[in-house]
Amino acid sequence: MSVEVLIAAVVLYLGATGLHLAFLVLQRDDLRRWASRATWAAFGVHTVGFVLRLHEAGYTPVTTLHESMSFFAWCTVAVYLGLQLRYRVPSLGAFATPIAVVMVFAAIHLPSQVEPLPAALQSWWLPVHVGFLFVGDGAFALAAAAGVMYLIQERGLKRKRLGTWFHRLPNLDVLDELNYRCLTIGFPLLTIGIITGAVWAQQAWGTYWSWDPKEVWSLITWFLYAALLHGRLSVGWRGRRAAIWAILGFASVLFTFLGVNYVLPRLIPDLESLHIYTG
Amino acid sequence: MEIVVVGLSHKSAPVEIREKVAFAGACLPDALRVLGGMDGVREGVIVSTCNRVEAYAAARDREEGIEALSRFMAEYHALAVDVLRPHLYVRAGAEAVRHVFRVAASLDSMVVGEPQILGQVKDAYEAAATHQATGLVLNRFMHKAFSAAKRVRTETRIAQSAVSISFAAVELARKIFGTLEGKEVLVVGAGEMCELAATHLMENGVRAVHVTNRTLARAEALAARFGGQAVPFGSFGEFLPVVDIVISSTGAPNLVVEVEAVKAAMKARRQKPMFFIDIAVPRDIDPRINDLPNVYLYDVDDLQGIIEANKQERAKEAERAEEIVLEEVAGFLGWLKTLEVTPTIRALRTRFDEIRQAECDKTLKAFGDALTPKQRKSIEAMGQAIVNKILHEPTLCLKRLADDPEAELSVDAVRRLFGLGAAEEPSEEQP
Repeated sequence: MSVEVLIAAVVLYLGATGLHLAFLVLQRDDLRRWASRATWAAFGVHTVGFVLRLHEAGYTPVTTLHESMSFFAWCTVAVYLGLQLRYRVPSLGAFATPIAVVMVFAAIHLPSQVEPLPAALQSWWLPVHVGFLFVGDGAFALAAAAGVMYLIQERGLKRKRLGTWFHRLPNLDVLDELNYRCLTIGFPLLTIGIITGAVWAQQAWGTYWSWDPKEVWSLITWFLYAALLHGRLSVGWRGRRAAIWAILGFASVLFTFLGVNYVLPRLIPDLESLHIYTG
Repeated sequence: MEIVVVGLSHKSAPVEIREKVAFAGACLPDALRVLGGMDGVREGVIVSTCNRVEAYAAARDREEGIEALSRFMAEYHALAVDVLRPHLYVRAGAEAVRHVFRVAASLDSMVVGEPQILGQVKDAYEAAATHQATGLVLNRFMHKAFSAAKRVRTETRIAQSAVSISFAAVELARKIFGTLEGKEVLVVGAGEMCELAATHLMENGVRAVHVTNRTLARAEALAARFGGQAVPFGSFGEFLPVVDIVISSTGAPNLVVEVEAVKAAMKARRQKPMFFIDIAVPRDIDPRINDLPNVYLYDVDDLQGIIEANKQERAKEAERAEEIVLEEVAGFLGWLKTLEVTPTIRALRTRFDEIRQAECDKTLKAFGDALTPKQRKSIEAMGQAIVNKILHEPTLCLKRLADDPEAELSVDAVRRLFGLGAAEEPSEEQP
């Protein structure tokens, strides 16, 4: 049942993306309003899907790849909607909603049966650890989206070709601020996520840190964002460099999320992560 | 009923003529009264700006209306009609409607898309309405002109791109800084172009404009006007870290702003963006600074290029605007037509026949087969007779009204009372 609801959500996300893109091209105010409504509706349906899944599974549904994909998308949209309440950057939607479409679409096509929860994961730490990390990752996704928008706008300004993007994308200042804001949301959450993971590992496996590939890549991601935050606060990094850094950081997030489980083992057959998706 | 326009503008008459026929605000009430008293003019509006003087009228007859307006324009200013006539343009019917809609939408302006004209036309209408110079027809006409202008403004990008150097500079600064509030400007070389750009930035919210110049006295004079400081020319480099926008236009033969100075300034200001505008020829600012992170440099050619591109875009947008105007014209003419007597009588007849038919059918169906053909016929005949009797007097009355100056009011009332669709919106008429 939760999968059917997810299909409804993806259809709505697709509609929202279409409306956001139409707004980006035509710049009509009514399209912007409908895009916003469609996104909220999709998010509402998605939330219902999540709650249904929670009910069906009997545990926080973030252990199969199907569930994780869906939850990642949900967190990204949640952060997007939160930001949208505070910042008036209507064109952000055209870059944020496609992320949700791709992820939820992927989730639907992945095996979606409810798997029995492995004993190691039967803990209150599961929702806490995963929740912090995914909300943080959602913020990083939006930092990357703002980064892409920044790079497009900045390129036009530097090359003095004020094409179609000039009026359609917001000013550099707000895009840079968005990048920073997402970083200040994402970085503490990532940090807490890693710490709660370590504490949980100590309880479950008897060791805080076992250099598992997922742990290593989380650490790499953490260092990337730590460097960006440090550069911003003490060196005065901003603009283009911060935008590129945010995109690199998100690439690292995606690799930690997927690459560690599905790319690394093919490259290095012995390297199997303890963090596996069930199902 | 005809809409008639007689006027002259920057396109048809030199300023010596335009200033002679301009209507100053103070004489407008009197002029409106005189206009309303002209033969055949039922309602009137006078638009008078520095680029155009026009009179609009709802007239009984096309020729009579044109003649009345032409004479009014000349005689009110004690000119001979024949002196004025070569400079006047005359429009009637659909052409007149289109003309006024184009004027309001700023498609007939010297700088197409400039926003002031709509306000001026609105003021002209307000004045006319206040002095009861307008009535049913021109009220609606002018409102339709405003809504056409609004559609043009919201549905096209005709007025949204800068077509002058100082506007382009502000537009770019907005995309770099978001808001100009709290930003500071340094003007290098107190030339006229700099002054213009600085004024414009000031109007858009920058906090202060500092000025540096080889002769400090000139810098002081300008800086005082903009609430900034005069900076000695020899040491303005030290000022770079605190300013966000630099406008330069000295007559210097060599570079005035070097890469190294900007690099140092950027470090000192922790990479906060800077925007340099170099309007000097030969150039004042080393073009290589555009390659520094968070530094944006535009020279005269860059700005000119943007303006050129914007002008082309405006021309393209103007084509779409013309289509919108044509749609709106069709909508208004459709409404104007409904004010005529004959179509109204026909519409009234149709409406009543529909009701009669529907009610007869209902009644006959209720009886089923219980009625003989003769009985059925007499029920139908009764319906027809009632309709004819009811419509007899209104029809005669409307026909008598045809030549009455107040006919539109009655026709409008009839249409509203019987829901004959008086106010068709243009969108509904588009297929």
